[in-house]
Amino acid sequence: MIYFWLFLEFFKIGLFAIGGGLVTIPFLFALSEKYDWFSRLELTNMIAVAESTPGPIGVNMATYAGFNTGGIFGAVLATLSLVLPSFVIIIMVAKLMDRYSCNIRVQEFLSGVRPAVIALILWAGVPLAQIALTDEISIVIFVALLAAIRLWKKSPVFYIGVAAIIGIILQL
Amino acid sequence: MVRLSKLFGIFCKIGILMFGGGAAMLPILKAEIVDKRRYASAEELIDLYSISQCTPGIIAVNIATFIGYKLRGLAGAAVATLGVILPAVLIITAIASVLTHFMDNRYVIYAFKGIRIAVVALIFNVVIDLARSNLKNWGKVVVFAVAFVTMLFLNLSPALLVVIMGCGAIVLGEYKRRKAAK
Repeated sequence: MIYFWLFLEFFKIGLFAIGGGLVTIPFLFALSEKYDWFSRLELTNMIAVAESTPGPIGVNMATYAGFNTGGIFGAVLATLSLVLPSFVIIIMVAKLMDRYSCNIRVQEFLSGVRPAVIALILWAGVPLAQIALTDEISIVIFVALLAAIRLWKKSPVFYIGVAAIIGIILQL
Repeated sequence: MVRLSKLFGIFCKIGILMFGGGAAMLPILKAEIVDKRRYASAEELIDLYSISQCTPGIIAVNIATFIGYKLRGLAGAAVATLGVILPAVLIITAIASVLTHFMDNRYVIYAFKGIRIAVVALIFNVVIDLARSNLKNWGKVVVFAVAFVTMLFLNLSPALLVVIMGCGAIVLGEYKRRKAAK
C-alpha cells in the first residue's frame, strides 16, 4: 500500500513542481509533515546529498526520499513516478507544436507560478533553518556561508564540504 | 539514425557529468548534443531549455525526453529519459544505503550538523537569486507575498498553491485583455 502512496505523491510532485529541481524541496517538506516517511532533519540531509552528488537535484531527491521510505524498490518507483508526468507532457508538446514556443496562456500561468514557487521554497526553508540554526555559533556560520556563497558563487559541493569540516572541527 | 543504445549511453554520460540543476547543465548538454554530435543546433537547445522551464518536471530530464523523442520517437524518448536518471538512481541508492550505517558515528553527526547549516544557506541563496531575477515589478512581489502568507497560515498543499496562483494569473490576464479590447 505504501508503494501506491509513494507513486501518487511523487507523480504529483512531477506534475506540479514547475521550474526545476530545487522546487521539489517544498513538496518534499509537505510530505514530511503529512506522512512519517522521513523527518525534516532527514530531509535536510537528503538535500545535502542531492546537491553534492552527480545527477539532477530533483531526481536525486526523489531517489533518496523513495529509498528512505521503501528501500531500493521505493527509490526506483519514486523516481519513475516523478518523471512520468513530464514525460507524457513533453511528448505531447513535441507532437503538437511545430515551433517551440510557450503560448500566451501558458506564459500567464507561469507568471503567477514563478513568484509562488519562490514563496514555496522560502516557506520550506524557514522550518529547515530552525532545525539547523540552533545556537549562536550556527547562526554565525550560516551568515558567513551565505555571504561566501553570494560573493564567490562556487559549486554547492564546495560549501557543503567546508561546512562538514567546520562541523567536525568545532564538534557542533 | 542514432542507435538507441548509443542514445542511452550519451544521456547516461550527461547524467553522470551534471551536478546540481538548472542552467548548470547547459554547457554539458551543448558540448554533448550540439558540438560533438550535432543532434540539435545551439538555437534549438536554447528553445528546448525554455520549453522545459515552462513544463512541469526536472529540466534536465525534460530536455532528455525532448531530444530522445526528436531523434528516435517514443522509444528514443524513453531510452534518453532512463539514461539521464539511471546514474543518479544508482549513486544515490548506494550512498543512502551506506550512510544509514554511519549515521550514528559521532563524526558523521558533527559533519551533518555543519552540512545542514550549508544547506539552509544554499536554499536562502536560491531564494535570493530567484527573487532578484523574477520579482521585477510590484505585481510579482504582491503575488510572492500573498503566496507566502497563504502557505504560512492556511497550510495548503504546495500543488494546490501552484494551481491557484497559475489559474489566478490566467484569469487576471484574460480580464486585462478584455478591458484593453473595449
